[in-house]
Amino acid sequence: MTAIETGRGRYAVQRGTRRSRRSLTAIAAGIVALAVAPFVLSSYAIDQLTELFLLALVAGMWNALAGYGGLISIGQQAFIGLGAYATIVLSHRGVPPYLAIVAAAVIGGVLAVPISLLVLRLRGGQFAIGTWVVAEVLALLIALDPSVGGGTGVSLTGLNVYPPADRQAYTYWLTLGFGVLLLGAIFALLRSSIGAGLQAIRDDEEAAASLGVRVYAGKRLLFVLASFGCAAAGALTLAKTLFIQPRSIFGLESTASMIFMVLVGGLGTFEGPLIGAIVFFAIQHWFADFGAWYLIGLGTTAVAFALFVPRGLWGWAEQRLHVQLFPVGHRLDVRAPDSDDRRSRPNADRSASRGRN
Amino acid sequence: MIWVSVVIQGVLLGAVYALFACGLSLMFGVMRIINLAHGDIAVVGAYLVWVVATRAGVSPFVAMVAVVPVMLVAGYGLHLALLRRSLAGGPLVPLLTTFGLAIVIQNVLQQVFSPDVRSLGAAAGRVTTASWRLTGELAISWFGIATLAMAVLLLGGLALFLRHTGLGREMRATAQDPDAAQLVGIDARAVYARATAVAVATAALAGAFLAIRSTFEPTSGPTQLIFAFEAVVIGGTGSLWGTLVGGIILGIAQTVGGHIDPQYSLLGGHLVFLAVLASPRSKTLAARTSRP
Amino acid sequence: MTDAGTGAATLLAVEGLEARHGLLPAVRGVSLAVAEGERLALVGANGAGKTTLLRAIAGAHPVTAGAIRFAGADVTRLPAHRRVGLGIALVPEGRRLFPDMTVVENLLVAGRHGRPGPWTVDAVLDAFPLLRPLRHRRAAALSGGEQQATAIGRALMTNPRLLLLDEVSLGLAPRAVDAVYESLAHLAGATVILVEQDLGRGLAIADRVVCLLEGRIVLEGAAAALSREQVTEAYFGLVPRAP
Repeated sequence: MTAIETGRGRYAVQRGTRRSRRSLTAIAAGIVALAVAPFVLSSYAIDQLTELFLLALVAGMWNALAGYGGLISIGQQAFIGLGAYATIVLSHRGVPPYLAIVAAAVIGGVLAVPISLLVLRLRGGQFAIGTWVVAEVLALLIALDPSVGGGTGVSLTGLNVYPPADRQAYTYWLTLGFGVLLLGAIFALLRSSIGAGLQAIRDDEEAAASLGVRVYAGKRLLFVLASFGCAAAGALTLAKTLFIQPRSIFGLESTASMIFMVLVGGLGTFEGPLIGAIVFFAIQHWFADFGAWYLIGLGTTAVAFALFVPRGLWGWAEQRLHVQLFPVGHRLDVRAPDSDDRRSRPNADRSASRGRN
Repeated sequence: MIWVSVVIQGVLLGAVYALFACGLSLMFGVMRIINLAHGDIAVVGAYLVWVVATRAGVSPFVAMVAVVPVMLVAGYGLHLALLRRSLAGGPLVPLLTTFGLAIVIQNVLQQVFSPDVRSLGAAAGRVTTASWRLTGELAISWFGIATLAMAVLLLGGLALFLRHTGLGREMRATAQDPDAAQLVGIDARAVYARATAVAVATAALAGAFLAIRSTFEPTSGPTQLIFAFEAVVIGGTGSLWGTLVGGIILGIAQTVGGHIDPQYSLLGGHLVFLAVLASPRSKTLAARTSRP
Repeated sequence: MTDAGTGAATLLAVEGLEARHGLLPAVRGVSLAVAEGERLALVGANGAGKTTLLRAIAGAHPVTAGAIRFAGADVTRLPAHRRVGLGIALVPEGRRLFPDMTVVENLLVAGRHGRPGPWTVDAVLDAFPLLRPLRHRRAAALSGGEQQATAIGRALMTNPRLLLLDEVSLGLAPRAVDAVYESLAHLAGATVILVEQDLGRGLAIADRVVCLLEGRIVLEGAAAALSREQVTEAYFGLVPRAP
């Protein structure tokens, strides 16, 4: 805690309140509880949880790009598909499947570097479609390659050595592991000075650059991280479903769900994507059978949130209740000179309001 | 000689892309919005023309004459209802809302019209199958030429409109500096709504031409959006004539790729796009990415 | 409603105006009145709120409290483009011409929504003869002085009743500034509010002076009656403010 003396009282800059420290402990305990779940819950429940974790992972990644980097990507499926197909290729070469999954995620992150050199030259809507074109190119290239099944798809046979229950548990743990790792990395990033710089970039790129924030490097870091996460998600999806096709794994559906989750949960907040993932998971469960109407509902909801609830459900809750589970910001604690009267005001660093005065 | 035919086919294909790109380019130039629902709006146009053509028993060309004004009004309304608010939310919100809109449109079309693939080619009659025989191997379809003529007319007409008319000047002024524009009495909201109206109407036209030339279905939108966008980028954002050239280059890239191997046609276009993107002289970065 | 001093009608009345930049107050409770035909110089240091005040009067900046009355009508909530039709024209700080349009095009685009009146493209080119040979040149290719002339001409194309000039001498060579002020002399009889950092020029051309400091009026009076020292002291906040 840094204390600053001014004429008007003492100001203390806190990194976390007592409440958020409590919640962090609770979250750590929660993660431990989740880790032992496969010994306790049914395999159906484990399967469902894995799906939920995958959703939270990709939502978190998309939010990192859009909410903290100001980069709206409609091409993350490029890396999801890349991760899945890299797993296949490695597995065909004899790499044990779970190792292949981890390696595939790393490959995705590595490939993101040259790809970022290309797409980060674009901004705004051009960046969005540029990333989409990259995804389309990858899908086309892979569909041309018969050794990975071409357009008809391919299976991850390497996992057949494991009995189904074990396979589910391993996939679950790996998903949980990646989720905690990546979301933890984002959390650590945001708390660091790089993170402050990133949020400055999001709010006003030119101003940030004028202060010496390395805008380009910051965006590239987010892009690589998000791509690594999406590649992991793609590889893990393969582990879960065992069969993929270029058309589906490189499809826009994953991006559409990412956008929905983040918009509904809260763009630019740390907790938002998690809330959004839970909401989406539930909605998918109840309504996916309604086919086109389900998608119309999703699209309309996303538009409504983008226009009317820009900070999402979590942003709304945060404003009302002044809670913050993950202390990613800085709070200004104001103490009047004579009294111990403390009034604490969270600063506006997480405001997702752009162009609003 | 066969390559000449390939290139010519590419030019004619490119004309379709230029038609699609016209509206996208206009909206981006005036409002800095990339309308992710642009392709789907074009498909709506195709469906409307199909409905009018089949219900009224007229040629799709006649149906177009009825549909275009309707789409003009619809575009104006789209701006007032959705885009205006999206613009107020910041530069990224329009991307999100138009993406959501695209999903809604695709699925509404699917519900209303079923996922069946359709075409307006038959309804358009002889004009779609007739062609000029130039030499033994070289034939150019009438409809291809008609599409090219339409693209030139539309893009050229818009360029002239922007350069020489009062409303066009207003649009250019608002595009260059909306704040200064309001200070000289220009209603930016009305300008944007007009631009959206024109973009939507041209999209509908493009959709109808595509429907006549080949097939369409509820999910045809996104593919056309990508091609339209690539045409705009290849031709250099900020110029309508550039969009025409970009569309033609894209068309040629696809036909050349497709001639080498049918599976390479789309890839050919994408690779040219990425190459343009990677080139250091690319006008996409400088031209319209920051306000003066 | 007439102004007791000159007997001319009050064209613009600003009452208790408050405006902000984000959370920062820029204009705090400013009230002033400008009579028809009067020339008001608005002076003050950078950040005193002069530009914000002008933009608020023109409708380009949102107002959080107070009222603006123009020719008797309340225009506080009227959008900027509609105020142009009523006769308020702002020449913004930094000229803000449309860079890829020619001089003539800049003039024409302003003429569409103004009031009927004597100013036409030809009239503007006559008033600013230096522009005539440049009339088909792109605005971005003009020099500072040429741009300023075009910007003023563009505002004139709307045939305004009230002309708001924001820092017309900024960034210009002294000769160019001379030329600009010479052409302003053409506008005898026009109602002008002029923001000017150059105190000498401001006092010379104006009938009345208002000095702003941190968003509030700290000095107000006839230009002839105030000395440079008085204005300078108010400018820097060296005078205790009136309650």
